[in-house]
Amino acid sequence: MRTYLLRKLAIYVLTFVVAVTLNWVLPRLMPGDPIQTMLSRAAVAHPESIAAMRDYYERVFGLDLPLWQQYVNYWGELLRGNLGTSVWLFPAPVSEIIGGAVPYTLAVMLPSILLSWVVGNRIGALAARSRWLDNTVLPVGYVLTAMPYMWLAIVLAWSLGIVAGWFPVAGGYDFTLAPTWTWKFAVDLLQHWFLPFLSLFVVQLGGWAIGMRNLIIYELESDYTNYLDALGAPRRLVRGYAFRNAMLPQVTGLALQLGTIVGGALVTEVVFAYPGLGKLILSAIQNQDYFLLQGALLFIVLGVLVANFVIDLVYVLVDPRTRTGMQGATA
Amino acid sequence: MSAPKRVNETLYFAFRNPKVVGAAVVVGVMLLAAVLGPSLVAFSPTERTPGATMLPPSGDHWFGTTMQGQDVLSQFVVGLRSTFLVGVLGAAIAGAVGLTIGFVAGYRGGWLDELLNMLTNIVLVIPGFVVLIIINAYLGVRSLPMQALFIGLSSWPWVARAVRSQTLSLRSRDYIDLARMSGLRTGAIIRREIAPNMYSYLFMTFVLLFGGSVLTAAALDFIGLGPTGPDSMSLGLMMNQAVQWSALTLQMWWWFIVPGAGITIIVGALYIMNVGLDEVFNPKLREM
Repeated sequence: MRTYLLRKLAIYVLTFVVAVTLNWVLPRLMPGDPIQTMLSRAAVAHPESIAAMRDYYERVFGLDLPLWQQYVNYWGELLRGNLGTSVWLFPAPVSEIIGGAVPYTLAVMLPSILLSWVVGNRIGALAARSRWLDNTVLPVGYVLTAMPYMWLAIVLAWSLGIVAGWFPVAGGYDFTLAPTWTWKFAVDLLQHWFLPFLSLFVVQLGGWAIGMRNLIIYELESDYTNYLDALGAPRRLVRGYAFRNAMLPQVTGLALQLGTIVGGALVTEVVFAYPGLGKLILSAIQNQDYFLLQGALLFIVLGVLVANFVIDLVYVLVDPRTRTGMQGATA
Repeated sequence: MSAPKRVNETLYFAFRNPKVVGAAVVVGVMLLAAVLGPSLVAFSPTERTPGATMLPPSGDHWFGTTMQGQDVLSQFVVGLRSTFLVGVLGAAIAGAVGLTIGFVAGYRGGWLDELLNMLTNIVLVIPGFVVLIIINAYLGVRSLPMQALFIGLSSWPWVARAVRSQTLSLRSRDYIDLARMSGLRTGAIIRREIAPNMYSYLFMTFVLLFGGSVLTAAALDFIGLGPTGPDSMSLGLMMNQAVQWSALTLQMWWWFIVPGAGITIIVGALYIMNVGLDEVFNPKLREM
């Protein structure tokens, strides 16, 4: 178990280093000059004040040092939790802006990921047992997985939001309300939350259901199932074992899917103008705020790594082989 | 069993499988629309007809028109073309990279395997779509081949991992040992002895990669990071414009339903085809 977790941890640390380096290198490969963009936006008339401003900004963003020094500084600042200053919302620190968006993203992502996983596995397990359910779950599941995340979001926003008028289709809360600790605001928040959540939940559901169905069918054809059947074990018991064994790949699948789901959630936020990280990233791109973009990327990578590590810990709980040090699944 | 006979047998079962045939017909129709459509439609995708704005589907404009009076059907067929292109290119690149890394890691083993494995794990964990956004935004790459290249380079890890584990199991078989003892070079062994056992698997992998590339490209285009140019059109870009021009509140459903449905139909058909192919290649599943 120790070797398993240490190995995983090493991969995650290395991944983080790669992500940080990538994040540092990319803006420097960028055509054009972000400072120049800022200066031209400020529309300063005098050439001498432009030079002074350039010096000032270069010092603020630490661009006047040799490259290796910049890289080391970047790490130093990062480890102190400093992600730099936003260009778009100058002089707000990037970490503060991201901190304001993260709760919305988490509120939509966490429940949709976990609920779709639990419900999808249930439906899949049930489908493996009844032909009627199987014939409906499979086609619906494939259509759901084939849908682009944002398209389902658009269709839900249009049908449930605009045609039916049940839910608001934009924003995190009503613009006429100020964020306060009141019931009215909480209900409004929930109403704005529902459609982004629902679209993410639905679009992920099909994949888990199909995966579980296939795994269970595979388990029910295996040797131990036949053996238990031959012994006359009750079907319930056999199905219980099949379910347990099929859970392992589904846990791994959850870890593998995390990165993809993040992308889906970002696009969904854009559709609903939901004030989370996805919306933030879009604004950062549109306003050429590369520091904000960098910060958001790092934050997401960190989040995915932490989530992966949590899933690895869960894996130790559900798979005894990782505990006894057999390294059964280093995948 | 000789090779031609095996191919014939596979084709025989493929033609008898309703999933494979049905999905192939659907994808074929869409492909035909993408290839022939742009030259058959009466309007150009970006041409604006002032008098014909915001029209619902009718005899003149089968899929209606946009806010600026552009014909949705012509946008759709031109967009289909880039969808197929980005799918094929992205899948080919991801497949080639994943295959190479998987084969080499599985067959060579040792420190090379460790190294490639680590690389695979790193790319696997980093959220690919976010990196794609960042790369796109920084490098300002706005062409379809570049988009496909980046999508391909971010979606190969699971292929590499699967190919590696299959190669690992295949390379310890007796006939591989025999080939090695008879002095065949590594490249030849991989190509002639190992790869043929995986052709069916690779074909299915390509289908999945194609679907994945199409979905990723649509998402990138949707947030406005797709290929730009006076004549470039894609299904993702259509949805982007529909949302930008508030087609939702204006109830212009044809503008955003059509492109999304196109993607869903193509990718869904491919996924169903994959299930059918599984039954064709895997005799155990055939009797159903």
